[in-house]
Amino acid sequence: MLIAKFKKQLHSFQLDVDFQADMGVLGILGPSGCGKSMTLKCIAGIETPDSGYIELDGVVMYDSASNINLTPQNRRVGYLFQHYALFPTMTVEQNLLAGVRPEDFDDPHAEVLKVIQTLNLEGIEKKKPHLISGGQRQRVALGRILLNQPKILMLDEPLSALDQFLKWQVQLELVELFERLQKTVLLVTHNREEIFQLCDTVTVLTDGKNEVKQSVSELFTAPQSLSAGVLAGCRNFSRVEILNLEQGLFNALDWGVNLRSSKLTASSKHCGAYSQSFKVVADLNAETQNILPVTCLHRFGKGVTESLVCSTPGGSSGASILYTELDARDTALPNVNDQFHLAIAPPDLVFFDN
Amino acid sequence: MDWFPLWNSLRIAAISTIVIFFTGIYAAWSIAKLPRVLKGILDVILTLPLVLPPTVVGFFLLKLLGPYSMIGSFILETANTRLVMEWYSAIFASVVVAFPLMYRTARGAFESFDPDLHSAGQTLGMPNWKIFWKIVLPTTRQGILAGTVLAFARALGEYGATSMISGYTPGRTATISTTVYQLWRTGNDAEAYMWVLTNVAISFVVLLTINSLEARQSPKRAIQEMER
Repeated sequence: MLIAKFKKQLHSFQLDVDFQADMGVLGILGPSGCGKSMTLKCIAGIETPDSGYIELDGVVMYDSASNINLTPQNRRVGYLFQHYALFPTMTVEQNLLAGVRPEDFDDPHAEVLKVIQTLNLEGIEKKKPHLISGGQRQRVALGRILLNQPKILMLDEPLSALDQFLKWQVQLELVELFERLQKTVLLVTHNREEIFQLCDTVTVLTDGKNEVKQSVSELFTAPQSLSAGVLAGCRNFSRVEILNLEQGLFNALDWGVNLRSSKLTASSKHCGAYSQSFKVVADLNAETQNILPVTCLHRFGKGVTESLVCSTPGGSSGASILYTELDARDTALPNVNDQFHLAIAPPDLVFFDN
Repeated sequence: MDWFPLWNSLRIAAISTIVIFFTGIYAAWSIAKLPRVLKGILDVILTLPLVLPPTVVGFFLLKLLGPYSMIGSFILETANTRLVMEWYSAIFASVVVAFPLMYRTARGAFESFDPDLHSAGQTLGMPNWKIFWKIVLPTTRQGILAGTVLAFARALGEYGATSMISGYTPGRTATISTTVYQLWRTGNDAEAYMWVLTNVAISFVVLLTINSLEARQSPKRAIQEMER
């Protein structure tokens, strides 16, 4: 169990995080430069916070109030760097051996051999890191961390340095590893896909402050702020004017339509809609709720899904434009300049208090 | 022919290089981690001997170590040893003049060193001295080697400060460079050519070494940059 509550003044903002992580994978989702990596570095002891408290499995690692600040060497934190940080002058085998703490094992070489076998690194033991593939590099870096017997695993954008083809394979390997380890895992990323594919819970970090921890599916259905909505992949936003709270009726000012959803609350200021949440209305008589009369501005295909950019009654610029992704197998998809109707199911709308 | 100047030059350069190797690396490693302003100031001070005329360095050294100076008179009284006008006096001159080359090259190598590698070593529990000797130095070895070779070459060719602090006594303090000057002054061109050729040959080998080090470095650099 990790308890992290600390502050650190960075170049242009203050990092102010407060969260706990139990067994399972906690994702920290934030845009580039929001202090994600700095958070991990503070927990690892590579950087020192200005004030606060960090505890791991009952051991206080940092406490500004009582002047405790363990060295990184004594924290037992497994840190997977974004570019893996393999030692370039050492072979794979030597890199793994460098992860063994002499006091942990009587026969380090036997342990290294075990890891080479379980992580499928046979045949590349004598190679230097720049001669092996990206996926292999990550496995070596993970192996080195596992040999180090950390109390917690921290990963910095573990999939971003890999090409699309490798991502799937590495993702499967990671999920399998997390299940086998049964440890606290912290994963920071700006990429929501890594959150959806690898994490159990997530906390959004923007401008140095983290939001309340929530489940990954909640992040999708009920993001806590506009920036969280953007990070979760929400593409369309509109200001909200509440018309009738009991009926969930409101005016989406930017889209120029009245919509309805039971998720509307008295404090809602913006609503949002994912581009995948819309569908084309085939029969206007059959649909009764949440219909938007729109005009198609652009249409471009991406294989199975087709992207349609549409103007709304609210206008044809800025937030008034809707970005939608529709099933290309739907033969009724409109063309550019066609006027048609889109519908969004009330539960698919998300609301923001800011 | 008397080979003393070659032997003397080589031992002065070798001892100076050993001193510079450790002090240069230590200074570079300490200063690379400092905040920018402090780094800038120390950097200027340590690089100054590179741009100052060697005679100015020699002047300072004589004032600092001469028999009437505080340090010089103290050593003379307690150890009965002169710090100037001996063969080893030239070591002071070579160290001061050649130090910036080692320091700057090593600092450049350390600054291009990926700090994540250092952090990785720390989180894996490696003691800091081990990280330095097993990870930092091997990873930056080309830069360190280039700096060492350059410092050696500069120490070997030192003339200005050396002639002031060691003087020219044949068979006692003469180096290749001071010998060439002396031979030219006395019109002994034939022997001067001998020493000039010797010096050119040594410098040639040194530069060849640096080039081969750089050539070995580049393919690896290219691969690393491709990954980024």
